[in-house]
Amino acid sequence: MSNTIASEYGHTDTSVPIEHRFNPYSDNGGTILGIAGEDFAVLAGDTRHTSGYSINSRFQPKIMDLGDDLVMSANGFSADGDALIRSFQQQLTWYHFNNQNKKLRPSSAARLIQHLLYGHRFFPYYVHTIIAGLDEEGKGAIYSFDPVGSYEREQCRAGGAAASLIMPFLDNQVNFKNQYDPATGQARLKTYLKLDEVLNLVRDAFTSATERHIEVGDCLQIKIITKEGVREEFYPLKRD
Amino acid sequence: MEHDPFKWGRPDNATYGDYDYRISNAKNTEFPSMHTQQPIVTGTSVIAIKYKNGIVMAADNLGSYGSLARFSNIERLIPVGKDTVVGISGDISDLQYIERALDELEVENDYDGASHPFKANHIHEYLNKLLYQRRSKLNPLWNAVVVAGINSDNEPFLAHNDLLGVQFSSPTLATGFGAHLAIPLLRKVADKEEDVAHVTKEQAREAILQSMKVLFYRDARSSNRFSLVTIDKDTGISFEKDLKVENMSWKYAETIKGYGNLQKF
Repeated sequence: MSNTIASEYGHTDTSVPIEHRFNPYSDNGGTILGIAGEDFAVLAGDTRHTSGYSINSRFQPKIMDLGDDLVMSANGFSADGDALIRSFQQQLTWYHFNNQNKKLRPSSAARLIQHLLYGHRFFPYYVHTIIAGLDEEGKGAIYSFDPVGSYEREQCRAGGAAASLIMPFLDNQVNFKNQYDPATGQARLKTYLKLDEVLNLVRDAFTSATERHIEVGDCLQIKIITKEGVREEFYPLKRD
Repeated sequence: MEHDPFKWGRPDNATYGDYDYRISNAKNTEFPSMHTQQPIVTGTSVIAIKYKNGIVMAADNLGSYGSLARFSNIERLIPVGKDTVVGISGDISDLQYIERALDELEVENDYDGASHPFKANHIHEYLNKLLYQRRSKLNPLWNAVVVAGINSDNEPFLAHNDLLGVQFSSPTLATGFGAHLAIPLLRKVADKEEDVAHVTKEQAREAILQSMKVLFYRDARSSNRFSLVTIDKDTGISFEKDLKVENMSWKYAETIKGYGNLQKF
């Protein structure tokens, strides 16, 4: 129902009054990144929180430790992200209560998050969600979700404002896409990366994203999941 | 016999026909029910900064009706319990609704006499849930709120909350125009959380007073009368009301070139 006619002089005539409507969404910037290794997984994110061109906070960490050696982040509209994580934590409390504190597997957590997201199919949580943990064999597991709950287990995934800057770099450096052995001309074989290699990739990804994206910067938060548990590291990023 | 009590006492359907329910459903208004789509009477910026032992926060006393300075004695810093002050900007009627909701919360909490007083982080979480719930009903409370106080670990607590339910925390916070004009001045004093330990109450207060002056110079919806509150870990809440912006200079700006960014001295 378009009642707007564009004139040649760059101004528009409308035959109906302009309607102002409350917009329940906003974008709070930031970006997140998860990589799975053979016996570990990492989930990283910057700590800048923005509205438009304003930096609301330089240190608002968004990677959450859920217990059960699971970490989660929901990046995008931060009010929805916070709400999603809180309702997940609430469900997890009930799961422990009903199942003698049984540890929740990443695959089950992923299915639960799908239901939480799809439950809001017609008023979605405006977030890109990633969780990280270790699967039943002790291998690193990353699950990523779209705003309405479609999900997939992956080796690596970037989400949020600078996802489009980081993801191609990850395709090349983690999954060795477009890498060929010069001697044989065959595609480079996939191998697991070591933890220190992964941490270097994460830090490079974020310093580069900080250079090119105004909503990314200030500080880098990395949570690392190994069989010893979850640990956290912080690194400074450019604050301009 | 008619066994449905809701049909008793009505004219007999067999004689007079079915009751027309449009009569009882009719509303005496030509409009459907409406939600807030814009604020009406508004309060401008709230600004706050952390210092070593607490927080200084300020907001002016003006209630604007569009560009009309309609109310000149609105108090927008609201104490809640012994450890928290809530600074509210945006719609004034929604401010008063929040004031009432917080009062009700406090009365309910104190009712049984058991002493579990609310700390600043509890008030912040309550307001966050309230604002997010209202935005999710597409019927928002049109405010940006700064919660300042002492948290349950007895540390200074400062957090921001808005009509969308977006929430964040920082050593310096400001709503509205303050986010553009005051934040750069306040961040000169306390940029990172680590800096807060070196900021004194006097430095924080001075930075807030300077920011209120700059806001009065440049924000057309502000007034020169404001309230300031200091929340200290040891000495608690102390209000300073009826403050005025002082030492303003309105002399001819002959040394100002361009927008002031070209000055050499």
